[in-house]
Amino acid sequence: MFPKGTKRKFSDPGEEPVSEEDQVPVTPSAAARTLTSAYSLQRQSLLDMSLIKLQLCHMLVEPNLCRSVLIANTVRQIQEEMTQDGTWQIMTQALAAAQCPADRLVATEVLCRQTDPAGQSPKPCSGAGLEEGYHAEEVVMEGDVETEVTMSTLSPVSPQLSSASYLAGPFGMGPCWEEEEEDGECEEDEEEDSEECASESEEGDRDHLSPDTRTGEQVFGTFEIKHPAPPPDPALEELFSDVDPSYYDLDTVLTGMQSAPKMGPYDLLESLSSHGPTALSSSSSCRSDLNELDHIMEIIVGS
Amino acid sequence: MEEESDTRKINNSFLREHNYATEADIISTVEFNSSGELLATGDKGGRVVVFQREQESKSQPQRRGEYNVYSTFQSHEPEFDYLKSLEIEEKINKIKWLPQQNAAYFLLSTNDKTVKLWKISERDKRPEGYNLKDDDGRIRDPSTITSLRVPVLQPMDLMVEATARRVFSNAHMYHINSISVNSDYQTYISTDDLRVNLWNLEITDRSFNIVDIKPANMEELTEVITSAEFHPQQCHTFAYSSSKGSIRLCDMREAALCDKHCKYFEEPEDPSTRSFFSEIISSISDVKFSHNGRYLMTRDYLTVKVWDLQMENKPLETYQVHDYLRGKLCSLYENDCIFDKFECVWNGSDSVIMTGSYNNFFRMFDRNTKRDVTLEASRENSKPRAILKPRKVCVSGKRRKDEISVDSLDFSKKILHTTWHPHENIIAVAATNNLYIFQDKVN
Repeated sequence: MFPKGTKRKFSDPGEEPVSEEDQVPVTPSAAARTLTSAYSLQRQSLLDMSLIKLQLCHMLVEPNLCRSVLIANTVRQIQEEMTQDGTWQIMTQALAAAQCPADRLVATEVLCRQTDPAGQSPKPCSGAGLEEGYHAEEVVMEGDVETEVTMSTLSPVSPQLSSASYLAGPFGMGPCWEEEEEDGECEEDEEEDSEECASESEEGDRDHLSPDTRTGEQVFGTFEIKHPAPPPDPALEELFSDVDPSYYDLDTVLTGMQSAPKMGPYDLLESLSSHGPTALSSSSSCRSDLNELDHIMEIIVGS
Repeated sequence: MEEESDTRKINNSFLREHNYATEADIISTVEFNSSGELLATGDKGGRVVVFQREQESKSQPQRRGEYNVYSTFQSHEPEFDYLKSLEIEEKINKIKWLPQQNAAYFLLSTNDKTVKLWKISERDKRPEGYNLKDDDGRIRDPSTITSLRVPVLQPMDLMVEATARRVFSNAHMYHINSISVNSDYQTYISTDDLRVNLWNLEITDRSFNIVDIKPANMEELTEVITSAEFHPQQCHTFAYSSSKGSIRLCDMREAALCDKHCKYFEEPEDPSTRSFFSEIISSISDVKFSHNGRYLMTRDYLTVKVWDLQMENKPLETYQVHDYLRGKLCSLYENDCIFDKFECVWNGSDSVIMTGSYNNFFRMFDRNTKRDVTLEASRENSKPRAILKPRKVCVSGKRRKDEISVDSLDFSKKILHTTWHPHENIIAVAATNNLYIFQDKVN
């Protein structure tokens, strides 16, 4: 396995590539922990990877609860460690400080591409996935609103879909509407293995807006409850512009290993990184969603 | 259909060449029955194929009891859960044979939600000479009947038919991962991620929930049940494993709900190898009692462990299956291979244990001699009737001629399901959609 000569965006000149093989981020002991950049970068990559895994859903088949639980535990572990390091606070502060762009209306990316309008069973796709991923985030961040904001914004598709999936009914495949922006994201969702924190789907005793756990309304509702502060934009861009290429480094190191990966997170990551800022920044405030809905309804009725 | 049965046909323990492989053909479980005469396989398409061992014939002593297709039937169909808008996969997760009590064979097969009891019986005679109808079933004109006769049983071509005798449904909210028949031959348990249910084989409309680890608030869920098995002799004892690497032994006589275990097996974590993946690789994918009932074997991602039922704080023996993957955990997490659930199996005398790995490798560990061997289940590397050559994975830089380096391993070729004949040294290994049967060499 040979690491590809990928340009590292890292500013630290003295930093060696982590290793010839991908290194398991072994948790150093507290005393010896110097929080090397490489380690925190790897940790962040792992966190991103885990969140993506939790979110991506292939909602045709009920996802594997064991796997979701294990990934959620990993996310919690990382978050706990980051909290101890103080990294968590830094990130949340940075996010809280930034502004939300007003001109990023979700409505501009409307219009679901109907792949199978007629007979397709309602496939909530990312809408539900986001919810599930979202609730997985809740698992991680009990009671900490700020961190919830952070975590949910790490999921690029989440807020856009909250309004899109609301229209999952008429469109059949709600979340695909942002396909123009997100390129293959919807397809990737379909490609991915069923991946969901099934805690939500299995749950019967939550007080939700409706019994079907996948309506965008519900998702939207919970989103509203849990996110009083609008997720900021430029800070996230900054944050992720650093992270993404490093993830690729991890990738290139890892690529040599895999012959036929079951799922292709590379595609997703590519689209994420290229659309990263776009996706994240269009996580508009709750307030504008209503306007978007009106706009969307106009378009539907108009067409 | 013709091709599909060809795919499954065993010819000299190796399959004929086929260029296509549909996903429905992926074998998802293999199991010998208690005599070893029958071998059942379940696949992703919901089918069960049963192989029967040929009687050894004097005229062809070299064909020492090979396995041929005996019966094929569709056990489970894909379903749709309308309330949740989700498909229920028809993939057969587990097959367990019941002990043979008459001429017919019985097995339990399960998908994610429903367990079914199948009866496989032979028919080699049929009645002929009915009075009121012809041999082909047409009703005879009563005016043409001038005499009475007694129908006689005439031999016919052997027909093996499978009928579903019981359907145990609607008892599991989560995915069933294992079933286990009790030694009393009257009850069995079915286990999903959060619950273990006890059934009577005769009663399909209700079951008893004996273990429930579902938390009141699903957000607090951090551990799931991964497998459960009844003790081979004690009909009141069963064990279940968790995603956190622990095994609990429960006694059903203590209470109706066995949430409180009577033994708890867990090995304390080694702090020097701790990483973010520690929990995931400690998750137990399979638990099997030894035939003598004194030991438990567990399989986690990198090791197989043998536990003495009398010693809870650490395993008796630990065997490294593919420790060279320890440095690759991040990428294995990324491509989801880290969540692969490998099974493990004892031989009849509990002296050898076997489990699968990647690249179509499978490993055997001799508990007495402490020797281990890596073998490969692939057509390219083995000729029919040839002795399997031991394989070796090269971990350091210098690779010898026959060795394979870690980076060249094919992670899409995984051997998750294996089974060992109860008395003889015959093993069945499922490699994706191919079934390999290996026998000990006869001198």
